[in-house]
Amino acid sequence: MILDYILRRLGLLLFMLLMLSIFTFSLAYLFPGDPLSNLSGVPSNNFSQNTQLEDKYLYNSNYFTQYIAFLGRVFQGDWGLSFASGDNVFSHILDLLPATLELSVYALIVSIFIGVPAGILGSAYYNRWPDKLINSTTIVGYSMPVFWLALLLIMIFSLKLGWFPMSGRMGLLYEIPPTTGFMLIDIALAGFPYKGMAFTDALHHLTLPTIVLAMYPTTVLVRFTRESMLKIMDQNFIKTARAKGLNRRQLILHHALRNALLPVIKKIGLQFSTLITLAMITEVIFSWPGIGRWLIDSIYQRDFPAIQGGLMAVSLFVILATIVTELLYSLFDPLSRNQAHGKV
Amino acid sequence: MHKFLLTLLAVTLVGCLDSEERVIEEKSQGLVYCAEANPVSFNPQVTTTGSTIDIIANQLYDRLISIDPVTAEFQSELATDWKVSKDGKSVTFTLRQNVPFHTTAYFTPTRTFNADDVIFTFSRLFDVYNPYHFVGDASYPYFQSVGVDQLIRKIVRVSDYQVRFELFNAESSFLANMATDFAVVLSAEYAMKRKAAEQEGLFDQYPVGTGPYIYREYRRDNLVRFYRNPDYWKHDVALDQLVYDITPNGTARIAKLLTKECDLAAHPSSAQLSILAQREDINIEKETNLNVGYWAFNTERPPFDDIRVRKALAHAIDTDKIMQAVYYGNGTRAESMLPPTSWAFDAQTSMPLFDPDLAKSLLAEAGLKGGFDMNIWAMPVSRIYNPNARKMAELMQSDLRKIGVNVNIVEYEWNTFIQRIGEHRHDSVLLGWAADTPDPDNFFSPLLSCSATFSGKNPANWCNPKFDLLLAQALDTTDILMRKKYYADVQSLIMDELPLLPIAHGLRFQASSADVEGITLGPFGAISLANARKK
Repeated sequence: MILDYILRRLGLLLFMLLMLSIFTFSLAYLFPGDPLSNLSGVPSNNFSQNTQLEDKYLYNSNYFTQYIAFLGRVFQGDWGLSFASGDNVFSHILDLLPATLELSVYALIVSIFIGVPAGILGSAYYNRWPDKLINSTTIVGYSMPVFWLALLLIMIFSLKLGWFPMSGRMGLLYEIPPTTGFMLIDIALAGFPYKGMAFTDALHHLTLPTIVLAMYPTTVLVRFTRESMLKIMDQNFIKTARAKGLNRRQLILHHALRNALLPVIKKIGLQFSTLITLAMITEVIFSWPGIGRWLIDSIYQRDFPAIQGGLMAVSLFVILATIVTELLYSLFDPLSRNQAHGKV
Repeated sequence: MHKFLLTLLAVTLVGCLDSEERVIEEKSQGLVYCAEANPVSFNPQVTTTGSTIDIIANQLYDRLISIDPVTAEFQSELATDWKVSKDGKSVTFTLRQNVPFHTTAYFTPTRTFNADDVIFTFSRLFDVYNPYHFVGDASYPYFQSVGVDQLIRKIVRVSDYQVRFELFNAESSFLANMATDFAVVLSAEYAMKRKAAEQEGLFDQYPVGTGPYIYREYRRDNLVRFYRNPDYWKHDVALDQLVYDITPNGTARIAKLLTKECDLAAHPSSAQLSILAQREDINIEKETNLNVGYWAFNTERPPFDDIRVRKALAHAIDTDKIMQAVYYGNGTRAESMLPPTSWAFDAQTSMPLFDPDLAKSLLAEAGLKGGFDMNIWAMPVSRIYNPNARKMAELMQSDLRKIGVNVNIVEYEWNTFIQRIGEHRHDSVLLGWAADTPDPDNFFSPLLSCSATFSGKNPANWCNPKFDLLLAQALDTTDILMRKKYYADVQSLIMDELPLLPIAHGLRFQASSADVEGITLGPFGAISLANARKK
């Protein structure tokens, strides 16, 4: 049963990847300029170089053969060269993706730790002042554009009060060897150099971007958890439990919470795609050296191989994250496996 | 669980309290400079991009000689003495002894600086037998545009510490060109080591010089890190570390200066200077500078090959408005190609005045009564000579619309921009030039000569034999009055032909944190941080 479900999901994953790769491949032809240099990242200059490239990219064969060759290169990590830097796009992505992931993961953790309890609190005090307070705060947070919030926080906490820095992952004078690409882990691996100051500095740099990025998913989680709790609390088994004389604390902790949190888990996974989109904006504003800022710079520089590779990497990542949370969710909730068709 | 949360809270609070101490310790070890663009190379020979030269030239390298910014006389650097022969065709340099090259992760020198390094460095420019001549497509834009590569006949090793440059003809600007930021000395031993490992391509990316700082790492779009050179021959270097924070956005550079993330910000925008001047913790330095901001036409591309069209466009621009809105009064309106502080300056009476009606009639004369479409390429970064090219382009766009010319503004990332201008893909471009030497030739040969067209440095794509002849005549003589006369002719020829329209000369600004000292801003050349230190 579960195997069947997993196979169905994998089938869906494969189909999505196929569509994604076809789309990415066709971008080389859709972008302005020479498709060959869009694919390879080598500006077409001289004849001999061109013939060499045409051979490598099977440029004179039909589109299908070219597509298969493209897939082969994708798996080999040969994603073409960036126009701007002349380096392999894939190595850029490997360098930059961890920074984006780090920021997104921390933001997600923050939003779970704040959003879920706040949602529970809201439902427990339904229509009383804590609920109303949480509700109105959520609406403010929900309707605030990310870039505006970011600029506001920079204005107040960086420029006015000077509490937090406004750019980058850490003070540039600290030199941390990039082992994993995750800053906090790298600092820990380097053995907390500079008397641990590098670590606190990295935390300082993380604070504002994390708050900004966590804002939207937090509000979504608050609202969703609250709704879900209220729905559960209305059901008969809760009424029965209440009739048996359980107090509110017991009711919520032992009966309602487990059931209410199941859909929330699914929602958390779905937040990842929104999070990556918002991360791009956050990265640009906070000069965070991640994949989003790079992608936007690449668009500005008309760096087509980089745009192609960046889009592929980001979409690939979002698709994988969604499928993984779906699978996790199905492990927790056997009922969901009965769906006949895939759904994303 | 509660205990855990409390601990977490405590740790965070301690972190906040820590910050004061952190700042103090961090500041003592280094300086952060917010630079406006990625360096395109780590060898000044192969680029003329000012943003790159500012980062690398004076920090990693030394030259044989330099020019004193005040007296404009030559000073000794790696050469202790130099003698020019009577006929001016040979120059002998006596070299400084015991100058060590950098010891880096990728190279350990076994000998100190000597004549071989000088011969290797400069023969690379012209000698096809130099193993590095063709590395990087044999492109040495500055030297090729001023013709130094055509000038040197050979370089003779007189002894370990003496070299003689033999020239084809005496040229008055030779020593001045040897004193530019591009004429740095590279290590021959390091070059041979790279060649032995067949890694010639890495030679210009991983630098070894004799300068006050040593290359450590470069992360694109992020930072460049240099360490102190403990064995610097000239003096002790106060900073342990020098980091360039790559921040293309001008406002972000100022903001980082305010939050103390940078100690120095390159090219603060004139619009923000008044705010910065009110702060006590920030110093603003202001220095007149030899530069010119201009609007160049691609003269090979119709309709800009027609002088009447170029004149019409020049008459359509309201320069007064530009001076107010772009330079905020911190610039001088151009009266010639040369800035008024240059000794060869000659104010031009034929400078095109704002006259839309004349512009329209000139266009009609050229058969373009109905107007046309064109593009203006605007630099994406602010430079001394043009603090905000985008805004300038927008002002020009609205001016030109009135004479029926539709303007499309084109922007690229700075290094891509420079590269594409070199390929002459533009109709017209807003660019400029900041001088490397006080010699007036520096404004003409690198920009508008025929050889500059071929090396891709001539933004007007303009090659005029009469112009080149005048430049050659001016260089052939050392008589200052004769040179002045030739350069006056050169300046009026530019106004007659108008391959480009000089717009303004900007002031050089540097914004720094008040605790930074020892930064020297000169009227020409790149910034030097050799003496920089923190109070």
